[in-house]
Amino acid sequence: MSQIPSELKYASSHEWARLEEDGTVTVGITDHAQEALGDVVFVELPQEGDTLAAGDEAGVVESVKAASDIYAPVAGTVVAVNARLEDEPEVVNADPYNDGWFYKLQPEDAGELDKLLGASDYEQHCADED
Amino acid sequence: MAEAAGALHKTPLYDLHLELGGKMVPFAGYEMPVQFPPGVKKEHLHTRDRAGLFDVSHMGQLILRGDNAAAALEALVPVDIIGLPEGKQRYALFTNDQGGVLDDLMVTNQGDCLYLVVNAACKAQDIAHLEANLPGGIALERLDDRALVALQGPAAGEVMARLAPETAGMVFMDARRVTIDGADCFVSRSGYTGEDGFEISIPADRAEDLARQLLACEEVEPIGLGARDSLRLEAGLCLYGHDLDASTTPVEASLIWAISKERRADGVRPGGFPGADIVLEQVASKQVSRKRVGLLGQGRAPVREGAELFDAEGRAIGGVTSGTFGPSAEASIAMAYVSAEFAAPDTEVFAEVRGKRLPMRVCKMPFVPQRYHRG
Repeated sequence: MSQIPSELKYASSHEWARLEEDGTVTVGITDHAQEALGDVVFVELPQEGDTLAAGDEAGVVESVKAASDIYAPVAGTVVAVNARLEDEPEVVNADPYNDGWFYKLQPEDAGELDKLLGASDYEQHCADED
Repeated sequence: MAEAAGALHKTPLYDLHLELGGKMVPFAGYEMPVQFPPGVKKEHLHTRDRAGLFDVSHMGQLILRGDNAAAALEALVPVDIIGLPEGKQRYALFTNDQGGVLDDLMVTNQGDCLYLVVNAACKAQDIAHLEANLPGGIALERLDDRALVALQGPAAGEVMARLAPETAGMVFMDARRVTIDGADCFVSRSGYTGEDGFEISIPADRAEDLARQLLACEEVEPIGLGARDSLRLEAGLCLYGHDLDASTTPVEASLIWAISKERRADGVRPGGFPGADIVLEQVASKQVSRKRVGLLGQGRAPVREGAELFDAEGRAIGGVTSGTFGPSAEASIAMAYVSAEFAAPDTEVFAEVRGKRLPMRVCKMPFVPQRYHRG
């Protein structure tokens, strides 16, 4: 059973989002997503300064098996990316909610986070997809 | 999926795959395990480190029997079959009249007959091709009642010797009939990973027993099709339908080594196979417009089948036919066809991936050293 931390928000496209104390939003892919992808071998991150609308493609995560797009869960400007993933993409498998984060956004409107799924709704969403 | 789930075949190891947690996918008309719980990368690395067990029962196993069966098969392949010693296996190619490759296969001289292993997806077509072209007096038998498993990796020799001590003396491409626990097995010291190892043909009703015995050895883990693909790609071995097809000649496919010297223009039995004029002219002139090459990515991004290739000036020069991130090579690796002028090692080319042009370098294959047991 994959982990779905209760304090995070989730997109139906399997990204998680966490509102940080400084007002930025950290984004990664869920435990369920990394399990489904298998061994991650490459991550393409957005560039700092990129402006993204909610649902925009923000990068790509590739496993031995396949490539999968990652999307911006809310609108905002990219303020940081996890450069460690360029050399150690396997961190996404090992620690998807902490060291395996992808990028941070300065959100246009933090209120947009409320439109995302809570943990129990996301769990149901995963169950429906299987 | 065009194929209804109910139409898929199951191999004799199907129940065992499920028991082992195999993730089953349709492949060439069969339900096959693409991976087991450890996942593709761990399975791949385990095979290179210890030993992996693969179910390849979907492949076609055939027997050709009759006087002059070797001469009859030679009429379809550019390979020396007449001179293939008893107890030896050889790689071969069925060619068409244009010199294109209809399938690649393994041929073993079993003494009283020839034993062929062909690709699952080409099985029906190969049988039709053989039936249409074999002369009278040569019987073609389908061994549909046999399973085929591969044991691959540096520990394979030791493991096999425990089950069948007489395999210890075999070297790469040796083939023997061996009785394992009373089962009549065809064992060859060969495979599709670049490692030492064996392929074992066994009566279907004895396959699960054998697989369980092998898996009971602490060195051995079950391996799915995902790792089989990354292992063969690192080993520089072609996958038919991807790196080889009916519009590609052996010379374009960089498989000149597979054309026996006996069958070349200056050999003792020159030509005499479909498309010989075209293929032998290419062998002699070394002139082909495109060639299969290995590519090594300069970054980590996998470059997959279908990616287009460009030169530094942006001209289209070819395309990728297989590609992945090689777990042992620890690099993005690919096989591709490029215009002949770009086929030299160290030539820089650019692969288009999601609108970006990623630099790659033509490199010699295999991507990892072969470790066959040559005695």
